[in-house]
Amino acid sequence: MALDKPYLDIPGTTIFDADQARRGYHLNQFCMSLMKAENRARFKANERAYLDEWPMTEDQKQAVLARDLNRCIALGGNIYFLAKIGATDGRSFQQMAGSMTGMTEQEYRDMMLAGGRSVEGNRHVGEDGDAQAHRQPQGRAGGQRA
Amino acid sequence: MATILGAVTTSHVPAIGGAIARKLQQDPYWKPFFDGYPAAREWVASVRPDIVVAFYNDHGLQFFLDKMPTFAVGAAPEYRHADEGWGIPTVPAFRGDPEFSWHVIEQLVADEFDVTTCQEMLVDHAFTVPMSLLWPDTVDWPVRVLPIAINTVQYPFPSPRRCYRLGQAVGRAIEAWDRDARVLVLGTGGLSHQLDGERAGYINKRFDLMCMEELVRDPEALARFSTVDLVREAGVQGVELVMWLAARGALTGAVSKVHSNYHIPISNTAAGLLVLENRTKAAPARAAA
Repeated sequence: MALDKPYLDIPGTTIFDADQARRGYHLNQFCMSLMKAENRARFKANERAYLDEWPMTEDQKQAVLARDLNRCIALGGNIYFLAKIGATDGRSFQQMAGSMTGMTEQEYRDMMLAGGRSVEGNRHVGEDGDAQAHRQPQGRAGGQRA
Repeated sequence: MATILGAVTTSHVPAIGGAIARKLQQDPYWKPFFDGYPAAREWVASVRPDIVVAFYNDHGLQFFLDKMPTFAVGAAPEYRHADEGWGIPTVPAFRGDPEFSWHVIEQLVADEFDVTTCQEMLVDHAFTVPMSLLWPDTVDWPVRVLPIAINTVQYPFPSPRRCYRLGQAVGRAIEAWDRDARVLVLGTGGLSHQLDGERAGYINKRFDLMCMEELVRDPEALARFSTVDLVREAGVQGVELVMWLAARGALTGAVSKVHSNYHIPISNTAAGLLVLENRTKAAPARAAA
């Protein structure tokens, strides 16, 4: 029987459920290894070689190398664990979160200072809020709009 | 007899730990947040707790995807913080009270909460940041602690109602302890925030303020929300409201608000603080010990 997923109609949002936890197990394990300073140093010295020590898929490794957090999440990453990569790079949680929206760091920071992302149009898929698929990317960091 | 003094519920954003270490309390970005805490500290000092029971969610320091307990209760003589990999400084170890822990565990299991028991337990920023907010610059924590971790990492999460009921069971267990102890309850996390995806940065001020009001007045109303309701209204990490509900559940007497603060943003988060006093009929909270 398929898992019940009553959250799939929330836009721009991935719930870390059993399917994600299974898909991303080794990716997340790699991330957790970065809690140790010596592992952070080894990863920084040769990212590819360090990633090759983990039974991750090639797609997962490429997503990590590209620091594409949305892709990492699609491939089973959990933001709490992925945040260890950002920390290894010296990036704040806000910088990491912002990178998933297509906004520049300044654009995202300004949005938060102005009260954060609005709930309007962002509760259900099919509305017209800025987190909806048809409104991506949201800022200048995302390049040309499709 | 153990007395439940009240509860402090507060956000636990890791960046707060960094801001404390760098002494940014007067920085314009941080000031509206930190200014909420002196009143909370004054109240805590006035009620003189000697035990803190804290509901919090671990983010991978202690529990990973290999084994993920829904509810985990500390039973250790000591709880240490450790490097979480994101540069926030570690804090001194906390003293536990294994006798108290095992009493609570026995009562919880008798009450049909089949918890995971932990004789060794690392505590992460979700535990340490609120403790540092209540006792800044401490080198020796003035309280013993009982950490209770609730899974909000890997779905399915325990429902808001279940967490509220857990809190109620913990409250009954505390009151059933036949020692003189003055117990403060802590609930950490929230309020609305989302850290990932195209909806990152999501904040719902109206919902947060409603929750802060209802938590005092009618927590059962909040306990009727589903996990998915909380994600939809308050963001993926907004589900941390369940820690506030558990803390509120542990207040068995008449509850009144002492103090609150609400500020947007800290990093990606709407930061909330609520101080609640619990008055039991048998032993008024402010009575001399």
